[in-house]
Amino acid sequence: MASVATTVTTRRRRRTKLQRRQTRVAWLLLVPSLAVVALVALYPLGKTVFQSFTNQEFLALEPTKWVGLQNYTTLIHDTFFRTAIWTTVKFTLITVAFEFALGLAIALVVNSSFKGRGVMRAVMLVPWAIPTVVAAQMWKWMLDDTFGVINDLFVRIHLVSHSHAWIAEPSTALASVCAVDIWKTTPFVALLLLAGLQVIPQDLYEAAEVDGANALQQFWRITFPLLKPAILVTLIFRTLDALRVFDVFYVFFGNRPDTQTMAIYAQSTIVGDGHVGYGAAISVAIFLIIAIFVVIYMTVNRVTEE
Amino acid sequence: MTAAAEAVRPVARPASLSRRMRKSPLGRLIMRIPFYLLVAVIFVYALFPFYWVVRSSFTPEVNLFQTPIQYIPAHPTLANYRGALSANFFTHALLNSAIVAGSVTLLSLAIGSSAAFALGRFKFHGRSFVLYLVLSMTIFPQIAILGALYTTITKFNLYDTLGALIFSYLIFTLPFTIWVLTSFMRTLPGDLEEAAYVDGATPLQVFWKVLLPLIAPGLVTTGLLAFISAWNEYLYALSFTQSPNHYTVPLAITSFVSPTGSAFAVPWGQIMAATVIVTLPLLVLVLVFQKRIIAGLTAGAVKG
Repeated sequence: MASVATTVTTRRRRRTKLQRRQTRVAWLLLVPSLAVVALVALYPLGKTVFQSFTNQEFLALEPTKWVGLQNYTTLIHDTFFRTAIWTTVKFTLITVAFEFALGLAIALVVNSSFKGRGVMRAVMLVPWAIPTVVAAQMWKWMLDDTFGVINDLFVRIHLVSHSHAWIAEPSTALASVCAVDIWKTTPFVALLLLAGLQVIPQDLYEAAEVDGANALQQFWRITFPLLKPAILVTLIFRTLDALRVFDVFYVFFGNRPDTQTMAIYAQSTIVGDGHVGYGAAISVAIFLIIAIFVVIYMTVNRVTEE
Repeated sequence: MTAAAEAVRPVARPASLSRRMRKSPLGRLIMRIPFYLLVAVIFVYALFPFYWVVRSSFTPEVNLFQTPIQYIPAHPTLANYRGALSANFFTHALLNSAIVAGSVTLLSLAIGSSAAFALGRFKFHGRSFVLYLVLSMTIFPQIAILGALYTTITKFNLYDTLGALIFSYLIFTLPFTIWVLTSFMRTLPGDLEEAAYVDGATPLQVFWKVLLPLIAPGLVTTGLLAFISAWNEYLYALSFTQSPNHYTVPLAITSFVSPTGSAFAVPWGQIMAATVIVTLPLLVLVLVFQKRIIAGLTAGAVKG
């Protein structure tokens, strides 16, 4: 009996020794990554929060002072920032809605088997792969007020009676940036949803067919519920991406105050004007706004799950 | 029959018509027409802008700024390409972007694969904490740390260097690389590794000789995604560089000005030629590694 007990304990001791060795090796392997994450993300994040409570200026002559919540109280009354939030949120709602609806339609089409399906999938990756700035330049030229192809096509099919300056006119400015983003990102959304569609077992549809369910019923009862996790992840990714939009707006409008996004306002405050402290407060605000959206999605997810 | 093709069929009509249609080959073809029309619309929507870039890049400057618009260049020319490639800042930018994106990719793979080894193949306290940390980093808004990075980079005299970009790009390539490589590591069976350990191999040997070759496809996938995102980055490049010699591709593509310096005469022909030049390598990468990229994107998004 005693000998059995000792072998068990030695074995256990050996196992914990192995475990300890494993833990040590694992943390050693993680050191470079954690160092980078600390250096490039956590330290700057902490520093940004700190800066947001100071009046730090880039290349300032006077030393930086702690100003408490002053930057934040200024920010609350900052109409430029309010406009920027509104522009960004409008852009986010419009693009995410269109990209989701179009992306789902495209995913359903490409999910069915037909000749040239492989080609279609490759075609869909192309807009995703090119730099956003390059896509913006392409569209800026297509939307040109006098020599742009969009005006030419729209006049030909009598959609508009005369050429428009799509980017310069305030009424169409937002729509034109949305058009670029929707063109570039819809295929990507479609690919993500397609991946979700392809894991739905085919025999579910066959069973539904036997039971006499029509296409619409099949979509609502089978496709939609099973696709929901993929839909949710896609929506979260797209929303977070859209909220930090910078490239398209910057290429189209520079930092024109009426059409700047939150990210552009922060960037031009920090790098353009050198107001590091105030810019940090804007950055923290952006971070919080994005966090709010994450919490909303998580809550929606939990509620619909129940 | 799939959902989309089914949706094309009128639902209210009695099934007999569609059944009759389905029996004859001609009927089947007719029923497929709306479907293929839809496919064609998607195809044109995705590719027409590219056609327009190529068309504009081969159209002489004179004809570009002329109405009515020529849909096919009447006198195709290579002048725009010559113009773009003779712009010093543009050729520099191609090299700079290759250096930055290449270094960021290699660094992320080297650092990220060792972290993925730890997170995917070891059981230890704090593992899930590290995983959550990495995951939260992948949704981290770059703008949130712009100010702090800007002052840090200036303090260490890295402003207006490629080093500043390589350093700061790790924030979006590394967490993603770790996340995807970990999911690749986890799918490997444990027997091979155990056999190696029994034979007295050290963890490092197991990593190099057993696991790394097995996750080679994962390395290709994540490497490509890291390369593409670094090649496309704009915000940090705009904020941390200044001299045209240190421009990356996205900065260069917005920096073409007309020889007269007029803000109204944008040299669109050259810009479109430059667009073709920077898009081609990406296009080749995407077409060659199509399956790998899709696997990586869905591993990063759907499983996440």
